[in-house]
Amino acid sequence: MSVVSQAVDWLSESSHWSGDDGVPHRLVEHLGYTAETVVIASAIAIPIGLLIGHTGRMRSLAVGVSGALRSLPTLGLLTFVVTLIGIGLTPAIVALVVLSIPPLLAGAYSGLESVDRQTIDAARAIGMTEWQILTKVEVPLALPLIVGGIRSATLQVVATATVAAYIGLGGLGRYIIDGQAVQDYPQMLAGSFLVVALALVLDGIFAGLQKLALGSRPSLTPSRA
Amino acid sequence: MTWLFDNFHYVWSLTLRHMWLSAVPVVVGFVVALPIGWYASRHKWLGGGLLSLSSILYTIPSLPLFVILPGLLGTGFLSAVNVIVALSIYAVAIMVRSSSDAFGSVSPAVLDAASAAGFSPAQRAFRVELPLAGPVLLAGLRVVSVSTVSLVSVATIIGVSNLGSLFTDGLRRSFNTEVVIGVVATVIIALFFDLVLVIAGKLLLPWTSAGRPQRIRNPLTPMAEFGLRGGGA
Repeated sequence: MSVVSQAVDWLSESSHWSGDDGVPHRLVEHLGYTAETVVIASAIAIPIGLLIGHTGRMRSLAVGVSGALRSLPTLGLLTFVVTLIGIGLTPAIVALVVLSIPPLLAGAYSGLESVDRQTIDAARAIGMTEWQILTKVEVPLALPLIVGGIRSATLQVVATATVAAYIGLGGLGRYIIDGQAVQDYPQMLAGSFLVVALALVLDGIFAGLQKLALGSRPSLTPSRA
Repeated sequence: MTWLFDNFHYVWSLTLRHMWLSAVPVVVGFVVALPIGWYASRHKWLGGGLLSLSSILYTIPSLPLFVILPGLLGTGFLSAVNVIVALSIYAVAIMVRSSSDAFGSVSPAVLDAASAAGFSPAQRAFRVELPLAGPVLLAGLRVVSVSTVSLVSVATIIGVSNLGSLFTDGLRRSFNTEVVIGVVATVIIALFFDLVLVIAGKLLLPWTSAGRPQRIRNPLTPMAEFGLRGGGA
């Protein structure tokens, strides 16, 4: 356990909490990459997922592409992008975006699929346009699952951004990679604790958002019990 | 391609190591999670706690877990045990939820009928519940297998060699081919494991079209269907 107390010592050292390599700066970097990636990936994946869920077309293609992306090793994709484009922020973000598309896509289309067909037929019968059905019926009802997709994607990006420190990205993963370079295990351990804490806090926040989304759904009582 | 022929033995030994590092956690995950999931599906209150615990474990990112485990287990930093334990934790976390869903999907009327026909609780568990839960269990195992195979490569960063070594080596030498070969080999292992599971499913569960994706019932944590790689990556 002495290594753990050394890691705690590392964390309580005030010099580790200021400057460019300080915890606050690394944390902001990590959150920045995560936010940037999730926003870009959502802008790509959620509209496609909604289209697939609404029309019911191309579902098997989406499942196939997501499955294939899921089996790609993250470190492989990260190093591949670097050997292709070169080191820097852009290749890392590109890889992170690619990897976070499957959960977002799945959240959007499985969310829409979870909506009761009768509800959609009823909406169509009272004269709603397709756009109104999508925005006023399907999306509100599917919201918890869509948020669930964003939750999965966010956690995935937090984890992958840590690995991406290996290809030179900043963020909390730096403590693990840099600590390893100089065989400073307490620093690696401290960095690991910080990433785990970040993941747990973000997961908790998204769990709360999902509950809110579940509560805000229009109360259409389905006919079945 | 020439590189692959010249280094075939090296790539092959990494492939075998990669398969071993991923097969053990999948098996451990299945064996450990099965009774826990069964219990969770029968006892709502404590079961809910077990499911929350497993989803929290799955939230822990992999690279930090690889780093933390030697500190907790007292194992050497470069030991493959850390990787196997870490990946087993993820496998258990996914499989507990899948097997809880799987056993929960068995109709109570069928259970009552089995008891009425004179099955003892143990006979009922092994000869009625387990086979009927089979398809959902298989779907969960397939998710575990794919995600484990792709996660192993992260262990390269902390010095445990596997196909991921081709990524770090390719990066160091700016040699794209080596990285691509590593990715392709990893995907082939994932497909191979998946094929093995599907065939096992067809043999053991001949009455189902094996391995159709199953719906996850809990809308808040549908991690199996999403392939949440929270821990992942």
